[in-house]
Amino acid sequence: MTPLGAIAHLALAVLLPPLLLGVIQRTKARMAGRRGAPLLQPYYDLAKLFSKGIVLSRTTTWVFLAGPVVAVATASLASLLVPFGEKAAPVSFAGDLVLFAYLFGLGRFFTVAAALDTGSSFEGMGGAREATFSALAEPALFLSLLVLVIVRQSFSLSGLVGEDQSALWATAGVPVALACLSLFVVLLAENSRIPFDDPTTHLELTMIHEVMLLDHSGPLLGLALLGAAQKLLVQSALLVRIAVPLPDGPEPLRWAAFLAAILALGVVIGLVESTMARLRLRQVPMLLIAASLLSAFGMVLLVR
Amino acid sequence: MAIVSAALAVAAIALAAVSGLPGLWLARERPAPDRLAASLLGLGAICAASAALLVAAGAPDATLALPWRVLGERVTVGLDGLSAFFLLPIFGIASLGSLYAVGDFPAAAHPRNARRLRVAFGLLASGVGLVVIARHAFAFLAGWELMALACFFSITAEDEREEVRRAGFVYLACTRASTLALTGAFVLLHSASHSFALDGLAQIDPATGRAVFGLALVGFALKAGAMPLHLWLPGAHAMAPSHVSALLSGVMIKVGIYGILRMASLLPPLAAGDGAGILALGAVSAVAGVAFALGQHPLKRLLAYHSIENIGIILMGVGLALLGRSLGNREVELLGIASALLHVWNHALFKALLFFGAGSVIHATGEGELDRLGGLAHRMPATALLFGVGAVAICGLPPLNGFVSELLLYLGLLHTLVEQGGAPRMLAGAAVVALALVGGLAAACFVKAFGVVFLGEPRSAAAARAHESSRSMLAPMAVLALLCVAIGVAPQIAAPSLEAAVRSFDPGLAAAGPGLREVAPFDSISLGAALLLGALAAAAAVAARRVRWPAPRDATWSCGYAEPSPRMQVTASSFADTLVGILRWLLWPEVDAARVAGPFPEPARLDTRLPDPVLDRVALPVARRLAEASTRLRWVQQGHLHAYVLYILIAVVVALLTTRGDLG
Repeated sequence: MTPLGAIAHLALAVLLPPLLLGVIQRTKARMAGRRGAPLLQPYYDLAKLFSKGIVLSRTTTWVFLAGPVVAVATASLASLLVPFGEKAAPVSFAGDLVLFAYLFGLGRFFTVAAALDTGSSFEGMGGAREATFSALAEPALFLSLLVLVIVRQSFSLSGLVGEDQSALWATAGVPVALACLSLFVVLLAENSRIPFDDPTTHLELTMIHEVMLLDHSGPLLGLALLGAAQKLLVQSALLVRIAVPLPDGPEPLRWAAFLAAILALGVVIGLVESTMARLRLRQVPMLLIAASLLSAFGMVLLVR
Repeated sequence: MAIVSAALAVAAIALAAVSGLPGLWLARERPAPDRLAASLLGLGAICAASAALLVAAGAPDATLALPWRVLGERVTVGLDGLSAFFLLPIFGIASLGSLYAVGDFPAAAHPRNARRLRVAFGLLASGVGLVVIARHAFAFLAGWELMALACFFSITAEDEREEVRRAGFVYLACTRASTLALTGAFVLLHSASHSFALDGLAQIDPATGRAVFGLALVGFALKAGAMPLHLWLPGAHAMAPSHVSALLSGVMIKVGIYGILRMASLLPPLAAGDGAGILALGAVSAVAGVAFALGQHPLKRLLAYHSIENIGIILMGVGLALLGRSLGNREVELLGIASALLHVWNHALFKALLFFGAGSVIHATGEGELDRLGGLAHRMPATALLFGVGAVAICGLPPLNGFVSELLLYLGLLHTLVEQGGAPRMLAGAAVVALALVGGLAAACFVKAFGVVFLGEPRSAAAARAHESSRSMLAPMAVLALLCVAIGVAPQIAAPSLEAAVRSFDPGLAAAGPGLREVAPFDSISLGAALLLGALAAAAAVAARRVRWPAPRDATWSCGYAEPSPRMQVTASSFADTLVGILRWLLWPEVDAARVAGPFPEPARLDTRLPDPVLDRVALPVARRLAEASTRLRWVQQGHLHAYVLYILIAVVVALLTTRGDLG
């Protein structure tokens, strides 16, 4: 991996996420019979936020400022661990999959702490839900990665998903499919999509991620939204690299296939969001536990 | 060279033992005796650190014979890599704790208790030190008893409070039980090997070795506080003065881990099932510990349950090392032992930091209940920052030290998963999942604790009147926080001590196996930490450039509600409510809630509690029944000294008549 490649990778991790959001929103609009906002609307929104001023709550401290900053920093670093179009990610070492999971943990710690920093009961509730559901999503994430670890005999994300995936599907199709399904559930839960949370609702009581940002404004809100979108992109990239065998051709072809697959995943998420209702909050833990059990089943198939 | 290191260790122990004595004759209303005790313990820490540095630099193992013979055998103490590895945190935390006590527990403010506590605190440190350098069962038990009694007097420093006395007595009962188990183990060891030496490899057959190990494991797990043998731990940690809690949780419970490691290196290799059992015990302890922590409202009790969790994580590493050794998988053994040892250091650092932070909060507000605190980051910014560092570290999050040891444990488990077959493989997979769950739950619990105590608005007048703590309380916390960052960013600094400790745990592993630095990705962890710090700086720079300072301030947006009050904020129990509800089959929470009905309801209260499953639901009821049943034997207890001397005489005579007299 050349430094130039790493910079390109990082630039993509910062610049691509709003497009993924745009694709999801456009899909949902089309499914609802509307024309929908321009695909690039999330970019315009972020640009507007970054040029606005902010108002801070009198209650808040440095923790409130740290929330969005840590979210963007951790998601950016996590993106360096996942191969996009290339065969090996810019940063890769034995055990980096633990770093990958724990980086999002760090981002979450400060996002929730920032929500508690406002003293708002609504934001506190959102923070409690985020902490609860992500604690339950963690085993599911690790279990689905374990399936790959057993098949690939490697401890780094690049080793797990960097090479051609068709061999993986040929040798352990069922467990890998179960792991993919479980990862997809984790992806929806961690990124507060329907059926776990509705990113478009404005009723404070029903929200998880959006409610934690009620008091953020201007560039801080922009950073928080960018961090969330980056997280969606990075986790989508991981799922895409497992689920979709990229063509073993020249580099540009692989990158094009990767981008197409990411945007297709955006369409799938949009379809899920259009066809499902949000779960009642009490049912969310059950779905997360079910996701863990799916990959546990996949693992048992491998190690029996 | 070798003698120097052992002598330094003995000097550290002696300095700690006498650190509280001068204060007995000095005026209690002056700070001088507190400072003197802190200086003596500081000097002891310097001695211990020099000894540990010498050992890490390659000083050979040293043994000192004491002028004391038992059954014809010299009682000895010694210093090797394993002892030195534990010696460093013992005296480091003890000296920081005594410095902290200058501000938190001065004799002027506690005229009744402080002098006695000072003596007990120093003796506690020296007892723990003696245990880790003992090379003979009698020296070991002497240190063990010194530690146990000094610990009892440290816990019960404020014995005018009833719940403190209760916690002390529960501790005393448990430590008696652990001593009994250990005595049994040593007697069994002696009857098989005809030696009380704790050096080298004991010459006994594997079956006896297993029995000795099993007995010792009970004693050591009781001391370490592994679930379900943790019954003394939450009460003692919560009731002791904060610097004592830090020493208990940071250092003393690790003696249990030390004992297990020492026994494992002394006895013939164990079966794979034993290592697997310890791994499973650790996983249970970790998950149950963090689950019970979630529902605790007193801050120090919450931290105490996290000690059970972290002991569980350490035991997982120990179990993995033993499993790897019996399977002949050197990488697994090395990763397991390295993660366990490094987590011993890491937990000593961040848990002492957190107990100091909790003590600072209690000192400033007089309030240890989470739900009566809040908003302290405004009034105690330094404490808030330092507690925050400890909270992130204990969750195992990068770029701090907890992440390093947990990553090593994950790697060891992944190696087992990939390279072994059958039961170990399944167990390793389950352990990875348990560890991931523990990570998620710990993050939820600590974001709760940090947020409810330091963020938002104060929930009580006491919290609103809080003040920042003195420098002698903040300085030890700052040292610990810096060390948490240092090990997280540059774990290589711990490598020499780790390698020396691994050498004395299993010489064969160090001689023939892969090197620690080949197996543990220290350089990659450093790279990751550096990249993370760089990314944080870059994101902060972007935010700083785009935001116009000073930003206007206004009230928190409360969704249109006109009269929000601080009591409407999320509380500790509401934050954890969903998770406690999901885990209620394990936790059995108790809730007293009045029904709220009708348009103009009466005032109502909600009370949620999480009683300890073992102490409150099993041990105390059983003990009460036993006490009732044994009232008929009460005539044995005369309260006269001569009666007890008679009992001892009868016991000795019976023992002499029933044994074959081959002990001498």
